[in-house]
Amino acid sequence: MPNLKSPLLVSGGPEKRVFLGEVDAMAATHVAACYQCGKCSGGCPLSFAMDYQPRQIMRLVQMGLADEALASNTIWVCATCYTCTSRCPRDIDIAGVMDALRFMARRRGFRPGDRNVGVFHRSFLNGVKRFGRSHELMLFVEYKLGTMRLTEDLPLGAKMLAKNKMAILPEITKGRAEIAALFRESARGAEKGGDKL
Amino acid sequence: MKRVGVFLCWCGSNIAGTVDVGKVAEQARRLPGVVHVEENKYTCSEPGQAAIVKAIKDQRLDRVVVASCSPRLHEATFRRTVESAGLNPYFFEMANVREHCSWIHTDKETATPKAFDLVRMAVAKALRNEALTRGSITIEKRALVIGAGIAGIQAALDIADAGHEVILLEREPTIGGRMAQLDKTFPTLDCSQCILTPKMVDAAKHPNITLYTWSELEKVAGYIGNFTVTIRRKARGVDETLCTGCGVCQSKCPVKVPSEFDEGMGMRKAIYSPFPQAVPNRPVMDRANCTFFKTGKCKICERFCEAKAIRFDQEDSLIEVKVGAIVTATGFDLFKVEKYGEYGYGLYPDVINSLQFERLVNASGPTDGKIKKPSDHEIPKSVAFVLCVGSRDEQKGTTYCSRACCMYSIKHAIQFRDKVKDGRAYVFYMDIRTPGKSYEEFYKRAAVDYGVEFIRGRPSKIFSRNGKLVLKAEDTLLGRPIEVEVEMVVLAPAMLARNDAAKIAQTMSISYDGYGFLNEAHPKLRPVETNTAGIFLAGVCQGPKDIPDTVAQASAAASKVIGLLSHEQMATEPMIARVSEALCSGCLWCKPICPYQAIEAKTITEKIQGKVVSREVAAVNSGLCQGCGACTVACRDGAMNISGFTNDQLLAEVDELLGASRPACAAE
Amino acid sequence: MSGQSVRYSYYPGCSLHSTAREYNVSVRAVAQAAGVELVEVPDWNCCGATSAHATDPFLAFALPARVLLQAEESGLDILAPCAACYGRLMTAKEEAHRRPDLVARFEKAIGRKLGPAPRILNVLEFLAEPKVTETIAAGLKRPLTDLKVAPYYGCLLVRPSKVTHFDDAERPTSMDKILASVGATPVDFPGKTECCGASLGISRVDLVVELSGRIVQQAKHAGAEAIAVACPLCQTNLDGRQGTAAAKLGEAFGLPIYYITELVALALGVAPGRLGLGKHLTNSLALLRQKKLA
Repeated sequence: MPNLKSPLLVSGGPEKRVFLGEVDAMAATHVAACYQCGKCSGGCPLSFAMDYQPRQIMRLVQMGLADEALASNTIWVCATCYTCTSRCPRDIDIAGVMDALRFMARRRGFRPGDRNVGVFHRSFLNGVKRFGRSHELMLFVEYKLGTMRLTEDLPLGAKMLAKNKMAILPEITKGRAEIAALFRESARGAEKGGDKL
Repeated sequence: MKRVGVFLCWCGSNIAGTVDVGKVAEQARRLPGVVHVEENKYTCSEPGQAAIVKAIKDQRLDRVVVASCSPRLHEATFRRTVESAGLNPYFFEMANVREHCSWIHTDKETATPKAFDLVRMAVAKALRNEALTRGSITIEKRALVIGAGIAGIQAALDIADAGHEVILLEREPTIGGRMAQLDKTFPTLDCSQCILTPKMVDAAKHPNITLYTWSELEKVAGYIGNFTVTIRRKARGVDETLCTGCGVCQSKCPVKVPSEFDEGMGMRKAIYSPFPQAVPNRPVMDRANCTFFKTGKCKICERFCEAKAIRFDQEDSLIEVKVGAIVTATGFDLFKVEKYGEYGYGLYPDVINSLQFERLVNASGPTDGKIKKPSDHEIPKSVAFVLCVGSRDEQKGTTYCSRACCMYSIKHAIQFRDKVKDGRAYVFYMDIRTPGKSYEEFYKRAAVDYGVEFIRGRPSKIFSRNGKLVLKAEDTLLGRPIEVEVEMVVLAPAMLARNDAAKIAQTMSISYDGYGFLNEAHPKLRPVETNTAGIFLAGVCQGPKDIPDTVAQASAAASKVIGLLSHEQMATEPMIARVSEALCSGCLWCKPICPYQAIEAKTITEKIQGKVVSREVAAVNSGLCQGCGACTVACRDGAMNISGFTNDQLLAEVDELLGASRPACAAE
Repeated sequence: MSGQSVRYSYYPGCSLHSTAREYNVSVRAVAQAAGVELVEVPDWNCCGATSAHATDPFLAFALPARVLLQAEESGLDILAPCAACYGRLMTAKEEAHRRPDLVARFEKAIGRKLGPAPRILNVLEFLAEPKVTETIAAGLKRPLTDLKVAPYYGCLLVRPSKVTHFDDAERPTSMDKILASVGATPVDFPGKTECCGASLGISRVDLVVELSGRIVQQAKHAGAEAIAVACPLCQTNLDGRQGTAAAKLGEAFGLPIYYITELVALALGVAPGRLGLGKHLTNSLALLRQKKLA
């Protein structure tokens, strides 16, 4: 967490607003347009669980405070429900900005501000990479092992198994080679400075 | 026997909410002379007025009392109503039970009897009201416009285009005002000079406009339709008729002083024209700085003037003009930003004000439009624009919002970003106020297209550190302290009334507010009129506004003037002073008291006991008298009365209130 | 009703083959009743869901793009009953126009060209297709009279509207109309388009309990006896988390969470036993029995 007491220093130097530009490009939006009305935070169903309100994230991006934005739990708690995006009076794709920030956080090696959410997304994509489709049981197990939250939610998992809502064996997409190629392209793009996608 | 009708208005719940109107009606019915009483929800409405007309006819009323709002609002309305029913309009009387009763009381128990008091006083007066006849005066079909900034120029052109003569008065050497100092105008970014100078030339060339620059208002006498205005033409030091405007005098003049027009960002000579496009293109001599006036030697200008137009011995002259209407467009001053010691203006040369920035960014300004730091003439790579310097500050400045600063500061930031591609522009604001057509869009363009960085927070201090200026503030959106280092700071000063606004207002007998802004007659419905008939307002002298609003107001004022000047004659109120010559002892105490010089002595001859006797009495000039009533107070004999407000009528109200029946002997 | 068969490409997505099997059953049952043939997208893959678009912009496009590519050959409109899949397919379709760079990378990686995307229907659009509405209009076998149902739209059907172009983002009515058309009473409630917590269902159970609980509570307080959904994730969260939420809030909910297709299928006369309503975690049969609908 930043030291909130020390003044934020803005050098006024001629450097471009790099971080703002990157986020704008990735989310195809203009964060500079944000006039901080707070309607995004007001309507966000998960704002209560965030360390920075969505409005504050927009301000961090405007001010180039990348580290704070990327380390926040906000971007991981965000469920991408698009309430903010659909209500923004400045037509900023706020949910898209959250996507961009999550992606940048991962690429730049930030530990997800919410560990469980990070493990979940990783586990989910691992499954897709492996089978071409998501396999809930394997996802559940991988997530449990990844977070070591072994006992949480077991009753629900058990019920779902009992009701045959989770298949024991995964379904597999035959064109797995294509799926693998897409994952390889994703990794390759990231190495080539994937932030600038 | 007089037959009085009383009409009690509810004014919706404005009156009926606080006054038991039914009860007042019941009591009013028992008043002597009252033959008809009725209530109405809105007496001023069409059915309300129709009810009065009907009652006058059906009940054969010869006096009408309406108990409703202020006479300022509806007296004229009801007089017309009464007149339309065939009664003399001055048989009408109004009781103000709204402003004087229901609006200022909350308790129905006490408000109701007070309302009845007001009604019975009005009835008492109405019983003594007399038929009066309006007079008429000839209108001088010429207008005076004071101040030739964009407001004055626009008003003058509109009036002149309508076919009336205009005298356009300007105290600076040139017309054009503040707008001539500006580079570009928001939100369209069109060049200020490019749209202004054609109007300046039009004003100068218009056959109906007489231009007096370097001239000041000295005195205003008279009244609507018939003002007599004295103008002081300050000694220019130049014979305008001979001068060709060649400019040699100013190029040869050896004296350099900071230019007022350039807000000190550039220099001018002691004989000078403020800027190349000045209208008229005639220089003025600045005697305070002229070497000849200081030492008795020099006269270089005179030596080089081929037209022989230099006049060191020229003196101020006074001229008198007659006009029917006056438009006041005297503009504004800027808040002195040095009052904010914490912002370092005057201490750091690169802390400047917005009008100085206008001169720096102006293509025809002292730097040819290059934004250069005053300290080292380098181009700054970062500029902070600080809003509300003096505005919305009860301690150091004014309480109000100056309305244009957000927009022009955003414009400045855009202009800076446009000229210095790798520069950074910060705008420190409390609220960004963009209430105009395409204004909010302009703000968004600044943020998105021009990358202007907005920081919400008033800087608390500006200080120097390692050769940079540091703005110490809170980013109130992040909720944390912030220090921004820049190379130049532009402070947006509050718009203030002219420092001599009060004097101007007193010269013209118009009212002004606590800040010195001239008062409009009604903030919504009469925004360009003053409370003095025939005098109108345009531009920032009435209150802070931007160019579009100023021009709109100027045209509005012009339309009022055109309306007035389109008549040959105008009706005058008959409520003016009249002398009872029989009672007048000829002391003439009334004469010096009259503010309108409307009273003169007159000799009358009369026969007393068969002998012809001549004596002096007061006489009232009905054209000049404004019915103010000062003479009636001064008159020892009770000979002076204002028609419609005679001593007899007013005392009848007082007696009614006190419950006394006035002895006949007192009713002289 | 015409006898001619109408065909749609069908993209069930991963959920309809696992946690939302009963959704798959009811969609197919409605289709069958309406004489509509659903042709499953050959060898489809996962759309990537939230996890892809939350962390990997290329995969977020590429995974649904492959689904669109797989569906191309049939030339049919695609029905995607899962709201999340629908959102991802619609986004990919929109990005294919806007991001030629992504398309190029995709085509190079996969070695095939991406053609123009077909029309993509969510389940509510499908239920408003002529064949289905004609079937409903032709006569209900079991009108859902007296059943008060809160239509819950969630996020991804209506948002972002620039992508889905469907209904109204704040006050949608399409599901209300469908409910009314099968004889049920739609119950308007403020939680209609609030988020259930979606993909946080596993990683942040606490948050999902909070969000889903609020939605169920609002529906209950508005007088609903059940909630209708059009998304497997919404169903799982509202269904599976309402017990915990009720305990936390000190209230009793017990609101069955039906897929909208289950209700339509019931009304069209499909036997409740065939729909697998027993798979729901909150008892879904008791209410139907009480209303004499099962």
